[in-house]
Amino acid sequence: MTLLSIEGLGISFGGLKAVNDVSFSVKPGEIVSVIGPNGAGKTTLFNMISGVYQPGSGKVILNGEDVTAMSPHLLARRGMCRTFQNLQVFQSMTVLENTIAGYHLQESGHVLSDLLNLPASRRRAREAEAGARELLKRVGLERAAEREAGSLSYGSLKRLEIARAMALKPKVLLLDEPAAGCNAVETEEIDHLIAEIAASGVAILLVEHDMKMVMRISNHIVVLDHGEKIAEGDPASVSQNPAVIAAYLGAENAAG
Amino acid sequence: MTPKNATLLALAILIALSPIFFPSSFYYRVGALIFVNALAVTGIVILTGWAGQISLGHAGFAGIGAYACALAPVHLGLHPALAVLLGALISAVLAWLVGRPILRLKGYYLAVASLGMGILISMVLNNERDLTRGPDGIDVPELGLRALLKDAGLDLSNGQFWYFFCGIVLILGAWLALNLRDSATGRALRALHGSEVAAKTVGMDVARLKLQAFVISAVYASISGSLLALQNKFITPDVAGFMHSVEMVTMAVLGGVGSVAGAIFGAAVLTLLPQVLTVFAEYEQLVLGLVMVLVMIFLREGVVPSILRKIRGRGE
Repeated sequence: MTLLSIEGLGISFGGLKAVNDVSFSVKPGEIVSVIGPNGAGKTTLFNMISGVYQPGSGKVILNGEDVTAMSPHLLARRGMCRTFQNLQVFQSMTVLENTIAGYHLQESGHVLSDLLNLPASRRRAREAEAGARELLKRVGLERAAEREAGSLSYGSLKRLEIARAMALKPKVLLLDEPAAGCNAVETEEIDHLIAEIAASGVAILLVEHDMKMVMRISNHIVVLDHGEKIAEGDPASVSQNPAVIAAYLGAENAAG
Repeated sequence: MTPKNATLLALAILIALSPIFFPSSFYYRVGALIFVNALAVTGIVILTGWAGQISLGHAGFAGIGAYACALAPVHLGLHPALAVLLGALISAVLAWLVGRPILRLKGYYLAVASLGMGILISMVLNNERDLTRGPDGIDVPELGLRALLKDAGLDLSNGQFWYFFCGIVLILGAWLALNLRDSATGRALRALHGSEVAAKTVGMDVARLKLQAFVISAVYASISGSLLALQNKFITPDVAGFMHSVEMVTMAVLGGVGSVAGAIFGAAVLTLLPQVLTVFAEYEQLVLGLVMVLVMIFLREGVVPSILRKIRGRGE
């Protein structure tokens, strides 16, 4: 029952192997975290899976279909969505509009129907707005709905991105450092939110620096170093793994 | 009342009541000219203000619309009203053909491609003398609607008829644009303008959306060109010239490229100026450039959105 499987994925930038032969898989309802020191290739890996970069080698299989290097908007149609480490919100739109944008696939009809404001367009817009308000409530942003997204705090924007991604009702959700730059309270909120989404059957792939959070919520952890997978397993076994400790603390410390 | 209805109502009232203050019947003509320009600029708002794409050849579509009205009735025997539609159709197809390969690319390639397209259309209109009579211009047949209205008991002068007819078409164009703005398509256009990669991850087909915006805006420009030709009953290739394209963009930028109300305001100011100050005609290019620079430095969002922001800021 694998939903997303990564098979031997790799990419080189000018001769440097940024990611090399990485494989793992994610099941529905499971939270898989990718960890590793800075520059280990986590975000690069994410960009390949989500179709932002074209992998040099390997495959991405979503729900039995080869979706390697497929454009992100086609991946979205197949149930994959992501958030970004360096926030990508629609700054000059309101918080509500940002969230409604997540309903695009469910909401969009024919452009002529939109121009003429036909009842079908109005109905879809109403449904999308109702759903978006519901989601904003879930991430605790309902009171900021009419504000311009650019005026929100960093932590709020992170939650807005998650709300927008949830609007797609994805089967697979890729979260790139959802708690980065958030304070302890915000981190805990995001933490609960992710667990909740996973509990509803969504497969979650997570890149995160906050180790406490990773250890707390992950079912499975994949460790990258210098673009290679050096370990994987459940949180307990990974945290005891000598190769992982060496990668994080330096080889000498581990030997000593 | 929603902002959409408020804008439309204000526009309708302005169009209906302005004639009370006209010092002479000449101003009906100026008004009609404003509406024709505002219609084209509304298309620019959709393309540039929302989708974030720049066209430097939109006058080319106006040229197609204008010459369709001059040529189709004579050569194809079409009624001028159908010629307007034919022009719009040709413009839409051409925009689709030019935009489809270009808009798959990221960046401002459309500006360059549309610039080339506009120049080509202008060259054809200037040089195909057998068909277009070249730079001297060509006569355009009567639309015939005024005569119909007269038979029905509504006797308008030529200036009045075109004033109100273009005004109604502008209200219709503004209504369609404002509908689009808050629809799924309009929201997607504004979203991809904000972050293309995020727009893709929520499933938006960015290339297709940009193409839709380009085609729609081309139809606006085409109809604007048709109305200009029909009311003047004469058209020259200048309608498709590069300066006309720059004028459209400047009007949009001055008023506020993200706002339909702003587009109409910008069109009104830059259409009125040369009529009111005759010296302006000589320095038109200079003034257009100056307006562009000053707006970019002091009112980057354009006049109307900047003022609205001030008013709202005070209200809070």
